[in-house]
Amino acid sequence: MALTVDEVLAGIKEIVVEVAGIDANIIAMDKKFTDDLDVDSLSMVEVVVAAEEKFGVKIPDEEVTKMATVGDAVNFIVANGK
Amino acid sequence: MTRRRVVVTGLGATTPLGGDVSSTWEALLAGKSGVRKLEDEWAQEASVTFAARVAVEPSEVMERVEMRRLDRSEQFAMIASREAWKDAGTPDVDKERLGVVIASGIGGVITLLDQHDVLKEKGARFVSPHTVPMLMPNGPAANVGLELQAKAGVHTPVSACASGAEAAGYALEMIRNNRADIVVTGGVEAAIHELPMAGFASMKALSTRNDAPAKASRPYDKDRDGFVLGEGGGVLVFEELEHAKARGAKIYAEVMGQGLTSDGFHIAAPDPEGHGVTRAVKLALTDAGIPLSEIVHLNAHATSTPAGDVAEANALANALGSDISHVAVSATKSMTGHLLGGAGAIESIFCVLAMYHHKAPPTINIENLDEAVTVDVVRDIPRDLPKGSIACLNDSFGFGGHNVVLVFRSFEK
Repeated sequence: MALTVDEVLAGIKEIVVEVAGIDANIIAMDKKFTDDLDVDSLSMVEVVVAAEEKFGVKIPDEEVTKMATVGDAVNFIVANGK
Repeated sequence: MTRRRVVVTGLGATTPLGGDVSSTWEALLAGKSGVRKLEDEWAQEASVTFAARVAVEPSEVMERVEMRRLDRSEQFAMIASREAWKDAGTPDVDKERLGVVIASGIGGVITLLDQHDVLKEKGARFVSPHTVPMLMPNGPAANVGLELQAKAGVHTPVSACASGAEAAGYALEMIRNNRADIVVTGGVEAAIHELPMAGFASMKALSTRNDAPAKASRPYDKDRDGFVLGEGGGVLVFEELEHAKARGAKIYAEVMGQGLTSDGFHIAAPDPEGHGVTRAVKLALTDAGIPLSEIVHLNAHATSTPAGDVAEANALANALGSDISHVAVSATKSMTGHLLGGAGAIESIFCVLAMYHHKAPPTINIENLDEAVTVDVVRDIPRDLPKGSIACLNDSFGFGGHNVVLVFRSFEK
């Protein structure tokens, strides 16, 4: 069964809360990881590894560099997840 | 041109005796031991089952997210430096005139070992991207420097158990040489873990008094059998005298000088003749430029090893000659355990407070004083130091043959 946007967003929220200690309520599709959520380049690696494990999807490095917002990550995982 | 003078205007610490300076100092004067049996699973079957963990876990005073990006040694550095900076009155200083010199003897060894476990159990991809910034020995200094936005220079001398004292000496020179007006300096260590403990135990450096941990660290006692590993750290704010006066800062003591030498003798054993220590004391006194009669107190390195304590005491007696008779010697590792790279820092704090309060902390656990020890040891209860202008020494030595001696003096307004 394919992943939905809501499911993936909920999962990403959990990960960002764990990694960056951000209030889950401010995490939304349009939020930027670096500017809005205090996820720097090192912490982004943690988010990606955790997301790969959670959703069973491989996120290549060149895709990571394109993921500015939470929505970018969610949409990639929905499109490429099983 | 007269030399720029350096004073201490802030103190911070997290130690086996307390989560801050005042609780640590209070426990120190009360002669309490910070040494306890370890609860960790790995420790139960180890040859040494005790150590001196910090009295207050970082998790009690630090946010979870900050903690997971910092090695335990870096957590200690942040906690102690925040206290010290606040104690100094959160100085308004040109950031390009603000430096940080914080040492560690071993660096982020717990992070290194934990991430090695991750690598072996889960694979390379799961190794934390924070691994390197957490394990590098300059991590504690770098994180403090980042928080304070220090731009005059951030440094980390590494000389095993002399590291914390060497950091203070480096900070002194930074201000004297006009590179900075304020330097936040200290030392930290977080190495209570199976591997470093096993390494020290293999060297026969650790006490194995498993049946009585609080009695294990007993510098100068006839039956001492090794040091007790401690953790934590201390941070001092060093400031140029006129800078401190101009902002009306509280001045604890003056940093008068330092002496540095190396033994060229053995990688771990002390030179039994203590020549390097004697020379370091003499150099420090020359640098300080004060009469020997003013030296009334000494915080000894005295780790409770059979060889080290006597070699040090003899070297001190050689350096000070008959003046050693009016020096009250305290071995505070009897209470804190040995904080390795943090030792020179917390013991500098103890020296500064001894000068400020005119009181020398005690040495505990001496049941039978080793006859070879001829210095005047402050035993069991604190001793009042003379009124008026007084000075003290803090000596620290590290594996590798490093000798560092610092001189502090009471500050008279």
